[in-house]
Amino acid sequence: MLGKLNWDALPLGQPIPLAAGAFVVLVLVGGVAFITLKGWLPYLWREWITSVDHKRIGVMYVTLASVMLLRGFTDAIMMRSQQALAFQSQGYLPPEHYNQIFSAHGTIMIFFVAMPFVIGLMNIVVPLQLGVRDVAFPTLNSVSFWLTATGALLVNLSLVVGVFSRTGWLPFPPLSELAYSPDVGVDYYLWGVQISGVGTLLTGVNFVTTILKIHAPGMTYMRMPVFCWTSLATNLLIVAAFPVLTATLAMLTLDRYLGFHFFTNEAGGNVMMFMNLIWIWGHPEVYILVLPAFGVFSEVVATFSRKTLFGYRSMVLATMAIGLIAYTVWLHHFFTMGAGPNVNAVFGIASMIIAVPTGVKIFNWMFTMYGGRVHYASPMLWSVGFMVTFVIGGLTGVLVAVVPADFLLHNSLFQVAHFHNVIIGGVLFGMFAGYTFWFPKAFGFRLDERWGKAAFWCWFIGFYLAFVPLYVTGLMGMTRRMQHYDVPEWHPWMLVAALGAAVVLAGIACQITQLVVSIRHREELRDLTGDPWMGRTLEWSTSSPPPAFNFAVLPQVESKDDYWRREHSADRLVEAEPLYAAIEMPRNSATGFVCAFFAAFGGFGMIWQIWWLVIVALVGAFATFVVFAWRDRTEYEIPADEVARIDRANRLARSQARAALQAAE
Amino acid sequence: MMPKVPSQRLCLRLAPLALALSLGGCDWAVLNPKGPIGDGNATLLVDSVAIMLVIVVPTIIATLAIAWWFRSSNQRAFYLPDWENSGQLELIIWAIPLLTIMLLGGVTWIGAHDLDPAKPLQSKEEPLNVQVVSLDWKWLFIYPDQHVASVNRLVIPAGTPIHFSLTSGSVMTAFFVPQLGSMIYTMNRMRTQLYLSADNPGVFRGLATQIAGDGFADMHFEVEAKSSQDFYAWLAQARGSGPALTPESYIELSKQSVVPEPFTFQTVSDGLFEKILDQTLPPGPGPVAEADPGPIVATTSQLCVGRRN
Repeated sequence: MLGKLNWDALPLGQPIPLAAGAFVVLVLVGGVAFITLKGWLPYLWREWITSVDHKRIGVMYVTLASVMLLRGFTDAIMMRSQQALAFQSQGYLPPEHYNQIFSAHGTIMIFFVAMPFVIGLMNIVVPLQLGVRDVAFPTLNSVSFWLTATGALLVNLSLVVGVFSRTGWLPFPPLSELAYSPDVGVDYYLWGVQISGVGTLLTGVNFVTTILKIHAPGMTYMRMPVFCWTSLATNLLIVAAFPVLTATLAMLTLDRYLGFHFFTNEAGGNVMMFMNLIWIWGHPEVYILVLPAFGVFSEVVATFSRKTLFGYRSMVLATMAIGLIAYTVWLHHFFTMGAGPNVNAVFGIASMIIAVPTGVKIFNWMFTMYGGRVHYASPMLWSVGFMVTFVIGGLTGVLVAVVPADFLLHNSLFQVAHFHNVIIGGVLFGMFAGYTFWFPKAFGFRLDERWGKAAFWCWFIGFYLAFVPLYVTGLMGMTRRMQHYDVPEWHPWMLVAALGAAVVLAGIACQITQLVVSIRHREELRDLTGDPWMGRTLEWSTSSPPPAFNFAVLPQVESKDDYWRREHSADRLVEAEPLYAAIEMPRNSATGFVCAFFAAFGGFGMIWQIWWLVIVALVGAFATFVVFAWRDRTEYEIPADEVARIDRANRLARSQARAALQAAE
Repeated sequence: MMPKVPSQRLCLRLAPLALALSLGGCDWAVLNPKGPIGDGNATLLVDSVAIMLVIVVPTIIATLAIAWWFRSSNQRAFYLPDWENSGQLELIIWAIPLLTIMLLGGVTWIGAHDLDPAKPLQSKEEPLNVQVVSLDWKWLFIYPDQHVASVNRLVIPAGTPIHFSLTSGSVMTAFFVPQLGSMIYTMNRMRTQLYLSADNPGVFRGLATQIAGDGFADMHFEVEAKSSQDFYAWLAQARGSGPALTPESYIELSKQSVVPEPFTFQTVSDGLFEKILDQTLPPGPGPVAEADPGPIVATTSQLCVGRRN
């Protein structure tokens, strides 16, 4: 009846998981109870859960990423404290628990923090920057989000019911095969990542279509903001890479569930095929994450330097070049396989070539600041912090592409330091810059700057404190994922790294405080102009938050940085009131949520091998699809009068706010 | 073959870098190689860093300088709001990283060939063959020509090239002696090859560097490079005591356990490594389903079944 599920799945005998699980369950139950008692449930259902508005979906993605960041960072704190304590001792986490923690940390940070954060920002910003009303497939967008959330739910469920994978953030066979990992840990990983991966693939399809096919009049490719270009490159990479992930994980699933031999050594299978396949997805994945961050920096540096981005064409070229070369480098993740010098050298050199367009980008941001008037609002601090940090990460990255150097550094803490250097210093700093930059657009008020700057400095200093020791111990020969060790030279560095994690924790505390303080002081931080930063691109031309239809009348684009050009030309604000027309918008749909509901039960059923549940879920998901496909009304109309009423109010508020600002000057 | 660079020279080259970091770099295992391969690896590592620092340091300084000088409050800085293109500048911007990477690419190509793990070392001495089997969670070193084997201790003659043939009797992991250089994977049903050598007698740390399960952190071993006289003495001692490595005792050894103390096998059945390699001897069984698997630390006596009298 319940497959492999029984009472042993609950961590009743282990205090740490039991307490953590109980805490999470209490918070969740408490949260749901609070929302129900307050009577917010109908509002949440109507305005958020069933929403197909790209801005709302974007906000939900970023919220998911932020919550998961707390979970992933808790794992990080546990790892750093374990390694600080586990010198010539067992520390406080036994190996079977410690191995789950580093596996969960990597899985959650990549799939459920970095990915949703990146996709969330793209959701909020890309349609606005293109000057359009929504993405190409709004309901599909909602499905994408809810499938991602389902993946996150399953991975976190393993905290309470059963165990998580103990094989690292990528489940390398044979360790991940049934013979060596017989429990449900790897299955939790497989189904969690598989379901969210489908969501990500759908996002890729959606955004490629949107960026290529839906533009405001006059928005030609070479007038698109760089963030749209980097989003295009990222989504092209998603469309090409995620099917490989899906197929690879499906093969491992077949090995585990039906005794296939894709990655075993019997019957013609090959372990190293998994390595090749997973990294053919895995290496493009890092560019999927970092390219949108590059886009954010391009917008932020230009805006806060009060200057056009330097070398726009070079930027576009470099972005697309990175996207292309990303597919030719996967083998650098396993030079130590013994593939032979020619193969290794070719992949090493290909990997280094990526540093060329990346270096070009750094120089372009530098020359964007050159001759500018640089305003140090917190998004700009993240950007300059990124430029310095990322150059170091680039150096160590090229270093591990030098094949003989990699023979010393592969799998060491040096490697761990390198990829945190580029993922924290690149992706995360970029996401935080974008979060601060576009928060007023999404919510109509700015974030508190003092707490924002404090958060930046804590993250910046904490990052170096936490990861320079890892570079050093890597050079001392310390490998990653050690539950304990007995080399005295490593110990002091592990203590410093733990201190660094504590400083980063202070940074996260600052960010939470910043959000609370900003919400409480939202009236003082209110932005009615729609353009708090003297922006350059179309998202700043509408009100904050934008109406459901984004633009009352689609903008006519005549140049790159069209909004800035209009703001600073003679006809500024003399715009006559446009001719309002009725607007058709997509209707809200519960399809995404219902799909995810069935996917969650289907995934859970697969993990625990509760077959009737799987069948019920499949039937339910198919029924959802049929109901959605045969729906009659897909859109609703906002009448011209209503559009006019909303837009006039926004225009009035904006001109009053601007007049007040001018009077203040 | 890579020309042999003495360690002192490497340390000398490292000095500025170490000084810059003010951290005494020569104490760090990877940068303190004790054999020609490690020396070659580390030399390339340091040279590559030096080449890149030539670009990276000025870039960081220029970024900070520009960011500071053009701050909005600086009245002396000029303002060029529409300056967005410069063909010449963009040419330089593309050329600088491109030239650096061409140089490094050349270094990589040559280095990858010179330091190919499977390339024999040039030496007057015949290489010593050692067969390495990674198991859950210990290392088995078989000396096929000497017919002895050792667990978790690798004893080698200093100055003699060692020819390693490596495989796994369990999951995939990696064999690494930081001070001797060149890590390499051990994969079941596959054989990798590696040549290493230690310049002088000494004791080095070796370890597994790919997560292999719960006992992974204990999966390290000692490397003892001895003078050839001491090496033969050790061989004689190994032949005189300890259990015999037969298919039966191998199967016992391949069960998941952590070995508290290194020990030796006085004899080894012929062709054992090949049987492990082609899986005539089955790969390690993985976790055994028991109500209470007990402690993962095995005792030597448990491993001594099939002992020949």
